[in-house]
Amino acid sequence: MTTVEAPPKARSRPRINPFAGIWRRPVPAAALVVVVGISVAVIFAPLLAPHPPLAQDLLHTLSGPSANHPLGTDALGRDVLSRLLYGGRPTLIGVGLAVLVYAFFGMSLGMLAGYLRGWTDRVIVAVLDVMLSVPAVIITLAVLAIFYQSNAAAMLTIGFFASAGLARIIRSSCIALREELFVDAARVSGLGPARIMARHILPRLTGQLLVPVFLFSGNALAIQTGLGFLGLATPAPAPSWGGMVGDAAQIMQQDPYLLFVSGGLIGLMSLSFGLVGDGLRDLEQDRRQATGGRLRRPVPATAPENAAKPSDGAVLAVRDYSIAFATAHGPRTVVDSISFSVRPGEIFGLVGESGSGKTVTGLSLLGLLPPNGAVTSGAAWLADTRLSGLPERELQRIRGSEIALVSQEPMLALDPYFTIGSQLAEVIRRTAAVSGRKDAVRERIRELLTSVHLRDPDDVARRHPHELSGGMLQRIVIAMALAGSPKVLIADEPTTALDVTVQAGILDLLRSLRDEHGMAIILITHDLGVVADTCDRAIVMEQGRIVEEGSVEDIFYRPRHAYTKKLIESTPSIARTEGRIA
Amino acid sequence: MLPIILRRLALSVPLLVVVSAITFVLESFVPGDPARTVLGINATQEQYDALQAAMHLDQPVAVQYWLYLRDLLQGDLGSSLFSGESVLGLIGQRLPVTLALVIGGTVLASLVGVVLGVYSATRGRFSRRLFDIVSLLGSAVPNFWIALLLVAVFAVKFAFFPATGYTPFAESPGEWAAGLVLPVISLSIGGVAFISKVTRDAMMSTLALDHIRTLRASGIGPTSIIWKHALRACGLPVVTTIGLMMITFIPGTILIENVFTLPGLGTTVVDATNQHDLPVVQGLTITFTVMVIVVNLLVDVLYSLLNPKVRTE
Repeated sequence: MTTVEAPPKARSRPRINPFAGIWRRPVPAAALVVVVGISVAVIFAPLLAPHPPLAQDLLHTLSGPSANHPLGTDALGRDVLSRLLYGGRPTLIGVGLAVLVYAFFGMSLGMLAGYLRGWTDRVIVAVLDVMLSVPAVIITLAVLAIFYQSNAAAMLTIGFFASAGLARIIRSSCIALREELFVDAARVSGLGPARIMARHILPRLTGQLLVPVFLFSGNALAIQTGLGFLGLATPAPAPSWGGMVGDAAQIMQQDPYLLFVSGGLIGLMSLSFGLVGDGLRDLEQDRRQATGGRLRRPVPATAPENAAKPSDGAVLAVRDYSIAFATAHGPRTVVDSISFSVRPGEIFGLVGESGSGKTVTGLSLLGLLPPNGAVTSGAAWLADTRLSGLPERELQRIRGSEIALVSQEPMLALDPYFTIGSQLAEVIRRTAAVSGRKDAVRERIRELLTSVHLRDPDDVARRHPHELSGGMLQRIVIAMALAGSPKVLIADEPTTALDVTVQAGILDLLRSLRDEHGMAIILITHDLGVVADTCDRAIVMEQGRIVEEGSVEDIFYRPRHAYTKKLIESTPSIARTEGRIA
Repeated sequence: MLPIILRRLALSVPLLVVVSAITFVLESFVPGDPARTVLGINATQEQYDALQAAMHLDQPVAVQYWLYLRDLLQGDLGSSLFSGESVLGLIGQRLPVTLALVIGGTVLASLVGVVLGVYSATRGRFSRRLFDIVSLLGSAVPNFWIALLLVAVFAVKFAFFPATGYTPFAESPGEWAAGLVLPVISLSIGGVAFISKVTRDAMMSTLALDHIRTLRASGIGPTSIIWKHALRACGLPVVTTIGLMMITFIPGTILIENVFTLPGLGTTVVDATNQHDLPVVQGLTITFTVMVIVVNLLVDVLYSLLNPKVRTE
């Protein structure tokens, strides 16, 4: 496998304290305190331990916590606290050794492969593939069969095989770094590869080492204590955390207390390693995206009384309608107090450049705004039904059967894992008044596919989306939208992703469907040529506001707003369509 | 699909070479008489001779390995230095227990993990936070300790399940299953955390895709969208993760089998390590590696079955 992890973008400044900011996050900070605190306590065990770890007091076995024995004694009357302090030594030494080997091999293999490339890279990548597939724990047992109870040999093995994962990460960062200017400069100034790696690449990679090292430490700890539990890592009377869990398990029937103490400590330590690693990764991500703050969600409009139901016979009306999105810098209004009405049977253009708020307006009518967006004022009406604020259940009933959507990217709009037929069948069963019988559904599929002028509908129905062209897929999406005989069809840039030759066909289809079914179509587009060709009336939006409104003739011949004039001038196809209007 | 399988098999050849050579390489690092060092001072002369003969220790290391490979290719993995049992026979006898654990753990962790992941993807922020913490706990806390806690509660305190031991399926299917409940749960807990996290992330990004929006815009309900369409789109990452998890379960059985004293490969390999029974350790190392290769193959096959583009080509 030669999967390359996405290389983290190299920072311009090489040295950033990776721990900066961790103190503002309580959970990782607490975890770091636990890791450091326990490690220090274990290192100073001879000073801190109240008793020698092997001293037995057979008169006070399994005595719970007392002044003399803060954590009690074990089955041989040995002080549990002292044994935990001393027992941490083989465990943490083992983890430390594993981490050293892990970092050393991960760094050097990754850097050699990523910087030298060529054959070195190929050979190292192949070796890494094998290393990653080796069941390292099993190999460790084989090592222990020969080097019996050698904690060091076992943990070196673990660190070595795990380093392949780190080497892959380092390799991809190194490939990215290699292309940076400062490396070129160093190369031009005559530095050899070894020096460049040592002086320029290595310092920039060390920051990335920390997260994997903490995460791996947690794993290494689990493995070391597991080996200790099996009695494979340390000879018997000397304490080790895993071995103490094993001892506690022997007397679990009489007293499970020691099990909680010894195992709990391992769990706490292992959890803390993981939490520090996760916390550092989050910090790194925040630094990269430069977003620290939480997203504040916009407040949805909740006052229905201020928006009276419009009574102009429109099939769809929007009044004083605003939409906002949550961003890192607070809510941002993308649609600002717009109002418009769509009459039955008309093709209504919603025109503007990308970012003008037209697509968002369309999606909001279906209640399909992304989770961080909301309608913040006004309301939309479907005939007599107020859409804004409608419960999800009601919206779901309206979608497909009252308002339907044709979206921009036909290649992405259909589920790639199901055949066209099965997707259409699901929509038909959901929205249309067709009895659930199989051949009725099949007949309806045939009818729908024929109505969008697809030849051989039975063959199309059997296919997966990736087997069909963009133009065919867009016809299928339209057929799917027609399945519930909606009153309003929202077509969001239905031709943008298609070839020019196919575009005209889709627009013709929309027009003829409007003529046949009498539904209203809201055509969202940036292309004034399409508007001139297809629409009856239109609005032009700029940065969330309506700047122009009227019949297509008005907009083209009597544009009132400078923005509209600019749009018309910048649309090359207008010359052609103007001729047609006249 | 065939090229994918062939690639995987090609990769497994060097893997098996490395794994089978490992004890020979290690043993050549041992100073002095390897048989003496490996067996320790308490070994009998018979054991010493048996190890010498089994590993061909009088020959150079390369020859030792060559002779071992030759026997291996003929299906002969040697025999135990202690019981004299053939290693292959031993594996055949112990494998079902380990397989039952690995398969049971995989099925349980996959089901629970996927359901939890989907659930947390479709709930609010608070439940996601809670879920993050629980899943970190599940993945960080060592499984042998969880196993012991389960024993303390469900076997010692309430006696719902047997604490240790194993009843063969042929003897009593009911007792066989009862004996596997706690081991399978302990093995699967870390996996549940892993699977649910990947499912959650995959589900959240899938729910933002265009084709899901098309389905929603067509009035399809959340049940079908989430459990049929979105889950199907999460198939590739989830299956890959299940494969990775299953691979961690294979060595994971070692500790679990020892906690519950199940007669599987895991207890066998630990006993053999303690007894320096190199032929057994050697044979089991290869067996575990073959299990890993088989799981990887299965994932590759599933992967191409799940991808309609690969399938139709």
